[in-house]
Formats: sequence, C-alpha cells, structure tokens
Amino acid sequence: MLFANLPIQKKLLRIVFLINAIVLFLAGIAFFLYEVHVFRTSTQEKLSTIGKIIASNSTAALAFDSPGDAKEILSALKTEPHIVAACLYDKNGKLFSNYLSDDTLQVLPAEPGSPGYHFSAGHVEGFEQVKQESVSLGTLYLKSDMGAIYDRLKIYAGVFLLVFFVSFLLAFLLVKILLKSISLPIMALAETARAISDKKDYSVRSVKMGADELGALTDTFNQMLDEIQQQDSHLKQFNLNLENMVRARTLQLESVNKELESFSYSVSHDLRAPLRAIVGFTSILEDEYNDKLDDEGKRITSVIRKNTVKMGRLIDDLLAFSRMSRQDNKKSTIDMQAMVDEVKASLVIPGNNEKIRWSIGELPPVNANPNMIKQVWENLIGNSIKYSGKKEQPCIEIGSFAKKDHIVFFVKDNGAGFDVRYSDKLFKVFQRLHTPEEFEGTGVGLALVDKIISREGGSVWAESELGKGACFYFSLPQA
Amino acid sequence: MTNYKVDVLLVEDNPDDAELTIRHLKKNNMANNLFHVKDGEEALEFLFATGRYAEQPEIVRRPRIVLLDIQMPKVNGIEVLQKIKSDPQTKDIPVVMLTSSNEDPDIQKCYALGANSYIVKPVNFDSFAESIKGLGFYWLLLNQLPSDKT
Repeated sequence: MLFANLPIQKKLLRIVFLINAIVLFLAGIAFFLYEVHVFRTSTQEKLSTIGKIIASNSTAALAFDSPGDAKEILSALKTEPHIVAACLYDKNGKLFSNYLSDDTLQVLPAEPGSPGYHFSAGHVEGFEQVKQESVSLGTLYLKSDMGAIYDRLKIYAGVFLLVFFVSFLLAFLLVKILLKSISLPIMALAETARAISDKKDYSVRSVKMGADELGALTDTFNQMLDEIQQQDSHLKQFNLNLENMVRARTLQLESVNKELESFSYSVSHDLRAPLRAIVGFTSILEDEYNDKLDDEGKRITSVIRKNTVKMGRLIDDLLAFSRMSRQDNKKSTIDMQAMVDEVKASLVIPGNNEKIRWSIGELPPVNANPNMIKQVWENLIGNSIKYSGKKEQPCIEIGSFAKKDHIVFFVKDNGAGFDVRYSDKLFKVFQRLHTPEEFEGTGVGLALVDKIISREGGSVWAESELGKGACFYFSLPQA
Repeated sequence: MTNYKVDVLLVEDNPDDAELTIRHLKKNNMANNLFHVKDGEEALEFLFATGRYAEQPEIVRRPRIVLLDIQMPKVNGIEVLQKIKSDPQTKDIPVVMLTSSNEDPDIQKCYALGANSYIVKPVNFDSFAESIKGLGFYWLLLNQLPSDKT
C-alpha cells in the first residue's frame, strides 16, 4: 500500500519507528566509535605500562646477560591473555629472549625499532627501551591482539540490540496512546462529515477536543457548517417562495384559462343567438313576405342575411383560432400522402370544382399533431381551390422537398395570386389581400396555418405573382 | 294549465329561438301538440307535475319527445337531461338537445347522460326530421295518426 493511502495511525507509527531507528543507529555508531577509540587508547596505555614494568624488571637479566631470568620475567605475561608475543633485544639489537602466548606463527621483528606503540592489522605492538639510569641495556618488544575490544564490542552490540527492541516497543505503546489525542478529533470530524453527507442534516456540529490545530480545524469546520446551514435554509426558503409563486401563478393562469374558456363559450353561444334571430327572421321576411317587398327591399334583406352568415363564420373561425392554442399537442406519425388525398376528396364538390388539374408529388410522413396538420392542408388546399376557381383551367400542384433537417411541403396554384408587397400581412388574423367581392373569406385561415406550423416547430412562407398564381410553403421537422 | 295531449315539449329560454323553432315546425304541421316551457325549472315542474304544473294529469306530462336547449338560466339543459334520464318515470322519453354549435363540448356530455340526438340551432325542418327519423318517430312528423287526435 502506498504511504499516502495508509491510515494516519499507521503513518505516524512508521514515522516514529523510522526516526527511532535512525536516532538509535546514529547514537549506536557514535557510541561504538567512541568506545573503539577509548579502548584503543587504553589498550595502548596498558601495553605501555606493562612494557615499562617488564622493562624495569628486565634490567638485571640484561645487565647480567642472563636469558633464563629474562625468560622467566617474560613468562609472567601469561597473566595477560591478550599479549600474544614479547621479546627482548640486547643493546646490540640481537634477540635476547622471547615469549609467545601459544605456538602460533607470530613473527618477531628481526631487530628493535624505535620506541613507541602503534596499531597494525588487528594488533598493537611497540618497543620499550630497557634502561638503567639512562644507560640503554636493550629493547623490549610487546604485541597484543585486539581480542579484548571484540569481546567488549560484542557485549555492546547485545546491549544495543536490546535497547533497540525495548525502545521500539516503548515507542509503539507511546504512539498508540498519544495518537489518540490526534486521531480521535480527526475521526470525530470525519464522522461528522459523513453523517452530514449521508443525512443532509447541516445542524450537526463536531465536538472540539483541544485548542491545537485540530481544534482550530474543528472550529473552522463548524463555522463552515454554520454557513452551509444558513445557505441551505436560505435556499430552501427561496425554493419554497418560488414554489409558492409558481403555484400562485399556475392558479392565476388556470383561472385566466377558465375565464378564456367561458369567454369563448359565451362567444359561441351568446353572440350566435342574436345572429340566429337575424338570419331566421330575415329568412321569414324573404319567404313569407316576398310579395310585399319590392326589388330594393329584397336586395336589402339578402344583404342583411349574407352579412349575418358571414358574422357567424367569423365567430366560428375566431373560436377555432383561439381554441387551437389551448389544445394538447399530441404528436404521431402522419401519412401525408393519405391525408392530402382525404382532404382533397372532401374539398372537391361535384359539378363545382371538378375541372381542376391536380398534380400531387411524393409526400413523406411527418411527426406532428394530425388534427392540426389536417387543418393546415384544408386551409391551404381550400385557398388554392378558391383562388384558382376563376381560371379557365385551374391547376393545383402539391409536393415536397428536403431542406436541412426539415421537410418543406408546398401547395401551388395558378390562381389570382397576391401582391408580394403585402405578403407580410398574409398570415395575420383578419388581414386579407382580396375584397369579399373578389373572393370570400374571413382572414383567419392563413393565420391559423401560421400558428399551427410554428407550434409544430416549422415555418410558413409564400411566393406569388399577381394574377399568375401563388405557392404556399410550410416546413416541418424531419420525422 | 294544459289539458291537451303534448307530443313535443320544447324547452327554450330564448324567445326568438323558440319562435323560429315553433314557426318551422308549424310550417311542417308538427307543432299542433307542442308545448313550450321557458327554462329548465319549468320543464322539470311540467314533467314531474310540481310547482306551476302540480295539477298536471299524467297523460299530459308524458310528451313523445323533448327538444331541450342546453344553455339556459337557473336549471340548464344538462341538469334537466340528468333528471329526466335518472327518473324511471321519464327515462324512456326521447330527448333531442338543441345546441348553438356543432363543436359544443357539452354534446359529448349529453350523449353520456343519455341524450338521444342533437340539433344545431336554428332548428329547421330538415335537421329536425333527420333527428327524429333516427329515433323511429317519423310518424310524429306527419302528426296524422287518428289515435293521437283527441
């Protein structure tokens, strides 16, 4: 596991162990080096002391040239197990007597060197002048091994290891105990954070356990929670207000919609009643009092009746127009080919507009509200029939083409057409480009087409040349 | 107080509409036994012999057909229709609704409540004939059956 991913407790434990190990190791090395140094110095001093004693003891033996005595003196070195070799040279530098602790291969120097001790290859060796009253009688050679230091160092190593393990154990226990003061506040913080994110309850606070950095962190954390709680409650309040506002607006809209509905209802019922009376009684006048009316009277009654009928149609169209925007827009796939055939069949009146030459191209299916699209076809095809009706040979062409992600449908006729200068008025309610004497109409049909198509996500436009015909286009998103 | 047999009960609050309807029916000789009430309340009093018509003999308050306007003050046509169709005494009387518009959303409601047909005003002979033909009352148009003449 990566160090960064370890739990804090393990991390701290490792850090403490590492520091402990480094400190102990460095201390051990220093101690060890110091010990070696001390030991070497003391060994040298000791050897020098022994050398001085032996040398002073050996003066007689050398003075009287008695190697036996010398041997005896030297053999006293047996009590010092680390002295592996010793020998005496006479004043001429010739080997006089020697001592070897065992019969090992101890090479004795052939002639005495200068007095003093030095270390060499695991040994300490040196020469000591044998003097009597500043007269040199000979030279003593002593050689000691380093066994003593190794013995002592072994003990030191043992002690060191013991200290090492004990200190590690102590460190472990101390970390375990002391760590609680660090890990407990952290864990408490983490616990609080988890509780908040789980329950979304921002009123929870973490308990502060001390005035250290973790205490400061806990304080900051709690302050942050205060702020979040405040913002949360603000947000909730805001949301509530918004919801209330939406509810109020919806109610308002609903009541407005209801008002509108009852308005249309009263338009359809109450406005129609007087019209019915006018039409009805005018008809009675025409039927039953025909003989009492002169030509002008008859013309006037017919004008009254025609206008009343027109008024009725205007009311119907207006109602259809206003009802359209309140209708659900339920879409489904429409077979345009079948729909156009159906609309065409319903609009062709035998003996009236049979002479029209139809040319219907390919019409791909679309996804839209069938009732609405049917209304569009009815209005557009109806218009073409109406405005081409005065031609010798009326022609109506219906077709489609793709344009980007839309399909464009068109209805083209060779009828009266319109003046393109006024084409912006074509799709507005009650705006007409022809007088009622020329062509009947209420000025609602194309406005309805425009409204339907824009609701379906398309657009409507038209081209024309006055007297030569018109072409109306509408686009719908590709199914 | 009426004491003749009623064939057609016309429930219509608008006097002009009523006059035109009666005129049309009369012209086709169908209004001889027609009785006109001015609103839904009066219609219910007539049919159930209450209020103004408490003394109504049963034979008189059983019209062969009811022409019922939907939009009326006080008790509207839908409520009258509901009362007629929920009472075992009157539920068999055919009811033809009179409406101002083909697209009246109330038409569906009326059919659901048991209306037998509807006519769009102004009521002309053709549409009336069409409506009652569907109900098997064609003889009423002629009003010729000897047994009905009292």
